[in-house]
Amino acid sequence: MKQFLVFVRKEFYHIFRDVRTVMILLLMPVVQIILFGFALSSEVNNVKIAIFDPSKDHATQLITERISASKYFKVVKMISDPDDVESLFKSGKANIVLLYSEKFHENLIHTGHAQIQLITDGTEPNTANAVTRYATNIIMASQKELLQSQVPSVTRPAITSEIIIIPEVKLLYNPQMKSSYNFVPGVMGLILMLICAMMTSISIVREKEVGTMEVLLVSPMRPIYIIISKAVPYFVLSFVNLTTILLLAVFVLGVPISGSLFWLIFISLIFILVALSIGLLISTLVDTQVAAMLISGMVFMMPTMVLSGMIYPVENMPWILRLISNFIPAKWYIIAVKKLMIQGLSIDSAFLELGVLFTMAMVFILISLKMFKKRLA
Amino acid sequence: MYSVTADNLEISYGTVKALRGVSFQVSRGEMFGLIGPDGAGKTSLFRILTTLLLADAGSATVDGFDVVKDYKEIRGRVGYMPGKFSLYQDLSVEENLEFFATLFNTTIKENYHLIKDIYRHIEPFKTRKAGALSGGMKQKLALSCALIHKPSVLFLDEPTTGVDPVSRKEFWEMLKRLKQQNITIIVSTPYMDEAIICDRIALINEGKFMQIETPQNIISAFGKKLFAVTGDNMSRLLNDVREMDIVSSAFAFGDEHHVTLRNPMLDHTDIEAGLLEKGCSNIFVKEINAGIEDCYMALSQ
Amino acid sequence: MMNEVEQDRQQVIKVEHLTKRFGHFTAVDNISFEVYKGEIFGFLGANGAGKTTAMKMLCGLSKPTSGKGSVAGYNIEKESESVKANIGYMSQKFSLYEDLKVWENFRLFGGIYGVNDKEIGPRTDEMLAQLGFEKEKNSLVSSLPLGWKQKLAFSVAIFHEPKIVFLDEPTGGVDPVTRRQFWELIYKASDRGITVFVTTHYMDEAEYCNRVSIMVDGRIDALDSPRNLKSIYNAANMNEVFIHLAGGSNRKAD
Repeated sequence: MKQFLVFVRKEFYHIFRDVRTVMILLLMPVVQIILFGFALSSEVNNVKIAIFDPSKDHATQLITERISASKYFKVVKMISDPDDVESLFKSGKANIVLLYSEKFHENLIHTGHAQIQLITDGTEPNTANAVTRYATNIIMASQKELLQSQVPSVTRPAITSEIIIIPEVKLLYNPQMKSSYNFVPGVMGLILMLICAMMTSISIVREKEVGTMEVLLVSPMRPIYIIISKAVPYFVLSFVNLTTILLLAVFVLGVPISGSLFWLIFISLIFILVALSIGLLISTLVDTQVAAMLISGMVFMMPTMVLSGMIYPVENMPWILRLISNFIPAKWYIIAVKKLMIQGLSIDSAFLELGVLFTMAMVFILISLKMFKKRLA
Repeated sequence: MYSVTADNLEISYGTVKALRGVSFQVSRGEMFGLIGPDGAGKTSLFRILTTLLLADAGSATVDGFDVVKDYKEIRGRVGYMPGKFSLYQDLSVEENLEFFATLFNTTIKENYHLIKDIYRHIEPFKTRKAGALSGGMKQKLALSCALIHKPSVLFLDEPTTGVDPVSRKEFWEMLKRLKQQNITIIVSTPYMDEAIICDRIALINEGKFMQIETPQNIISAFGKKLFAVTGDNMSRLLNDVREMDIVSSAFAFGDEHHVTLRNPMLDHTDIEAGLLEKGCSNIFVKEINAGIEDCYMALSQ
Repeated sequence: MMNEVEQDRQQVIKVEHLTKRFGHFTAVDNISFEVYKGEIFGFLGANGAGKTTAMKMLCGLSKPTSGKGSVAGYNIEKESESVKANIGYMSQKFSLYEDLKVWENFRLFGGIYGVNDKEIGPRTDEMLAQLGFEKEKNSLVSSLPLGWKQKLAFSVAIFHEPKIVFLDEPTGGVDPVTRRQFWELIYKASDRGITVFVTTHYMDEAEYCNRVSIMVDGRIDALDSPRNLKSIYNAANMNEVFIHLAGGSNRKAD
């Protein structure tokens, strides 16, 4: 046991004396979270909206009220002439203009048809798209409200179905379309994979490279302890990173942990185990640090980024890629984190993912222990 | 009982045969030297004996234990300094030593007496990182690390390569003292002046032992008259000597050339005469006793 | 008599009061010496005596803290590019690209040093013939034994006919037979007028040099022909001279 502890301490010395690497390892999650959280965010706030309301009735007032109450919109002008729209855009005074049809409420009640026109600047399609969707969401919510207040007094119940306007987007768990919700689980998967797999494999291969592995093997310490003591520091480091990511997610990005923190951490630990055993496996396959880095980088990191669903939705991929994605541990982890953290579902719903990750951990650990040689060749 | 035995060891890497049937025995407390060019199979032999490699054929024992079956037993008993061994550069001298002590289930205190002579040279720098030590100091630290668990057999793979003459001399003084403590030492070296310190040496080439003998016996078996030749332009002189028909071999040896002749009846006057004919000046030829390096050169031809 | 000859000869390295400090540590302490054309100059010293630092300055890789020096007629501080073009360099650690074939290494280094493309082919064949390595022209360097690699590396280092070739422990770990073959190559280069500046830990090799300097704690404590050094220190061989001089070093841990 003393051997083991001394060995682990030695590993920590290696890590902490290489100041640059430590900084990278500890700051990477922070940088990634901030990068993804702000730079790549597709969220739009404080959109300048101008409104043309010829009806000025109960319904239009309700919708306008809802819009101006939303933090996404800032009502800059109530216009009286629809011809002003173009000049508004040209002068940059508005990003979106909303035009109600005449006799809006009346039409809605009697014919079931009432028109709203949304005009946005198409030169920025992403923003335009997002803005339109925000607006549509608000309009739909208002409609529901209008309906509910109408139904009891209306003589013809059939009216309800007629009134409903195109529900364009339905966002159940991320109604504000916060993009941070999507990438937080992704960054967690990526960082944990990177640190465990890459760093563990490099640290073992380094011993081979400088020749100390020969002496370690000749010592009475059992090879399995050598491996475990190599993995422990990175396990700890990953846990630190996990904490950092979660804290940043909650307090900086405002992503709530809706589900059980316990299970979230539990499944993360299982995922860390998978990544560690992949690192061990790599270290048994290669003899140079460069090769270890390339393999963990190219063979494991790239597919993790592309196929895990972190950036591109897996559902839209060709079947062959979908099939391959099933072998990417991060995919299962990301799905599970989405369920446990963002959707706030109970662990029952993530049993499949938990089971897959657990099996992967066992398989990889077994293979890498089998492959780790107690001799040199 | 022999401390180390090897019986017909063979190993190959792909098509390259690194060892082709090597057998020898080393007694307890003996200092056994392995001499041979790079790629002769020395490192493979060390790795087989330290249980790091499995031989393709043959068997070996260390301290009476089989290197294949009883590898665990052996791993606790031997000390090993691999050729490219460079310690942990980012750990201090003391941390390195402490780590290796613990690794072998012991403490610095327990076996301090064993490494004292070596370690006191580096103890003043014990807080310094191993990476900042000079070559000689690193080797001393590596030796301390290999000795800290009181091994019964010590394997040293070219421990003094790249080490300056002063440190080399000190290093070998230490080995002599370890020998007195009845530790068996198997050491490889490219330095012939070190080889002669060993009790017995094995000349190894292309995976085979050419000879296992005491240095004295190897030298006395040289069997030819040897001449030392000096003159004004040593580089030209070497060519001139080699061009002579009566000369069998000629090699530069420090400030002289060592020459053997084809005909045992001839002597130094014949060489002198031949060189004068070629116009060499200031020539001086004398008969000398062969050294271990002369023997190595002769055997390698 | 030797001295008269030397004064007639062209100085290819001239160093005056060269000093290099790293913080408070003086790695090279005020050294001065000259090396002549075609000379084999042994640059000896214990590990950490400052040899590598001095050699780096001579090769234009490191700037001196004070003092000046010229190599092949160029100022080592101000004309380091010209210095580099006129020297060859080989060390035990870096010799050749292991994953390139023998002839590819020649072509690469010939190209780097600006040897005419048309000349590279024939000169490669010529050099390989001298070494007796014609058969290995298409072999990967990694498949050759260490001794061969070192000999090839030396040939590559002098391929562009430099004025001076710097050799940093070229024979470390090499067996006696190969070491002699290596030194015969050095002799041949020196006969062609190439100056050889070499460090070694083998004291028998020090005897092969025309002159040797011995560095102790950053200073040059002795500089003369091996013969004169042996008589000055009343020693039987260079090993004794070295141990006499370097044995009292204060800087052994560096």
